[in-house]
Amino acid sequence: MDVFLQQLVNGLSLGALYALIAVGYTVVYGIIQLINFAHGEIFMIGAFGALATWLVLGSGSDIHAWWMLPVMLIGGMAVAVAVALLTERFAYRPLRNAPRLAPLITAIGISVFLQEFIRLFFGRIPGFPDAKRAIPFPQIDGVTGEAIDLGGIIIQRAALFTLIALVICWIFLYVFVNKTRLGRAMQATSQDPDTARLMGINVDKIIMVAFAVGAALAAVAGLAHGLRYTNIDFKMGFLAGLKAFTAAVLGGIGNINGAVVGGLVLGVIESMATAFIPGQFGGSAWKDVWAFALLILVLVFRPQGLLGARVVDRA
Amino acid sequence: MALSACGTRTQTSGGGTAASQAKVAKIGVIAPLTGDLSALGLGIRNSVDLAIKQANESNAIPGWKLEIAAEDDQAQPDTGRNAATKLAGDPEVIGVVGTLNSSVAQAVQPVLNSANITEVSPANTGPALTRGPDAASNPKRAYKNYFRTCTNDLIQGPFAAKYLYDAGFTEVATIHDKKAYGQGLVEAFTKAYKEMGGKVLAAETINPDDKDFSSVISKVKGASPKAVYYGGEYPQAGPLSQQMKAAGLKVPLMGGDGIYDPAYIQLAGKTSEGDLATSVGAPTDSLASAKAFVDAYQKAGYSEPYAAYGAYSYDAANAIINALKVSLKDAKDVKSALEPTITEMSKVSFDGATGKVAFDQFGDTTTRVLTVYKVKGGKWTAEKTGEFK
Repeated sequence: MDVFLQQLVNGLSLGALYALIAVGYTVVYGIIQLINFAHGEIFMIGAFGALATWLVLGSGSDIHAWWMLPVMLIGGMAVAVAVALLTERFAYRPLRNAPRLAPLITAIGISVFLQEFIRLFFGRIPGFPDAKRAIPFPQIDGVTGEAIDLGGIIIQRAALFTLIALVICWIFLYVFVNKTRLGRAMQATSQDPDTARLMGINVDKIIMVAFAVGAALAAVAGLAHGLRYTNIDFKMGFLAGLKAFTAAVLGGIGNINGAVVGGLVLGVIESMATAFIPGQFGGSAWKDVWAFALLILVLVFRPQGLLGARVVDRA
Repeated sequence: MALSACGTRTQTSGGGTAASQAKVAKIGVIAPLTGDLSALGLGIRNSVDLAIKQANESNAIPGWKLEIAAEDDQAQPDTGRNAATKLAGDPEVIGVVGTLNSSVAQAVQPVLNSANITEVSPANTGPALTRGPDAASNPKRAYKNYFRTCTNDLIQGPFAAKYLYDAGFTEVATIHDKKAYGQGLVEAFTKAYKEMGGKVLAAETINPDDKDFSSVISKVKGASPKAVYYGGEYPQAGPLSQQMKAAGLKVPLMGGDGIYDPAYIQLAGKTSEGDLATSVGAPTDSLASAKAFVDAYQKAGYSEPYAAYGAYSYDAANAIINALKVSLKDAKDVKSALEPTITEMSKVSFDGATGKVAFDQFGDTTTRVLTVYKVKGGKWTAEKTGEFK
């Protein structure tokens, strides 16, 4: 039972990370039906932005104070949102009316571009470490360090941070989407952009908001990732992005609650598969196989995803 | 076109001096110059560069000038194969130092072999590279052009097993990353460890790209091992050690030469104190023979450290240069010296930076010295050096 609870905790905290990234896929898809494959790199940029903020403000005097955390978070978010808006403006907007395949391919291009850009550029700024290998991420007292032991169940502080961050972001997002004018405008645009435009909604602005919201949450995930795994690298966005995309599809792409649930389910499946599938097909190495096998099963028997609604083709 | 342009350049560039008539032979390098393992790869490139510079300065091969041709393999077999193809297409390349990873070597070997280019690895420890698929039971030379200056995992794994068992760690868990290197190391370790009477309580694997090891750690923790033996490299081993200890599994992690790098301690953090690694040969800075190399390396002013394989790369390059002294002496061009170089390689014998450099009938080094290192005060310190019998 202890192993079960421990793996549940491991899975939920891993899933929380996927969920934070998955929301970005879902929000953007909900508005413009684009699978933004560069979103994993926005997550990576968020982590590098937080690191850069720390290098500029905190590293000289070796400050590990609690107030560094919100500062790093804001720094990471600012960089991630800026990059997301730039990609939207210069890579996706010109292709808004192109066939659906064109922006998808552009997204893959942006993804590779951002990875290589960080790899080649980061070490060139004086005082910044070379990004060609994993860079140690600053550890902040209270958020990292000695794990909490709850009667045999080990909970890492950084994992707790990820879970709490997910809950807070989820609440914010719920209030934003349902209670604000901007949020309702987003809902309207996702239902029917043309009619929304006729109702006086600035659709371009709404699309930018969607990209910004997704990027901000990805930056939270980037910071959480750095604190959890104590290092970041330019490739970290690829696999995390793929998992988050899977989580979004699992939950029902376009559905924010679905992305959160999908992320958590994916994380839990991975850690349970490691612990409880016996024999040759068990173990950590096979966890991705089981996670994706589940994805295929869900898509076969419930193509709209766990929480998704059946999409009616637009007339 | 390209050929004639090349020839013109060599003739005009050296204008007037004695070296201007010198023919050019290139020693290639295939190593990860970017990516996670670039710390090791850049150390390899610089050390080869140093050996080549010294050979040119001392005019080791009269009438010939040596040049370096370094290619990035990004630690990927496919990229490595492309790098090898590129070097094989260069008519001036006579030998290659590389690769770092055994998995990349598997892709590189056939390409260089069909071009008759000598390959000397400073770091591949996969037994099959020299001894074929049945390395342990029925060794057969795999490629006649392939040599290495480091010991293979048939020795490194058991050496670690003996150290752990003798140090009182009689129950361990093993984890590897399923790559040729990691898996081979753990298999050799496990076999020897069980023969000694040790118990392997859990045998787990991870994926090489993973960041999150919490699930596998929780599982291993349930078996309560006294130590964890890991087969793989530092980009995963560092975070693995850190997460292990954060999760309350406070036992040392031991690995092979793939984790013996300062970057491991950086990634694993403060809790890596007491972690162990084996590495090939004796510690570079403790050897009198290596002092000349270390001094020359520092004097040359490379911006990157020579890292774990610097001295082995230096010896690998010098092994090729020693063979070239014979094979190139009366050769009219590089092409005609390719076969003789491979023949000469098996006769090479000299005192290098890491000790005696000579190869057995499989291409493996005849020196079987290994060292156990321990993290103490945030640094790798030599714990025990020994010859494996």
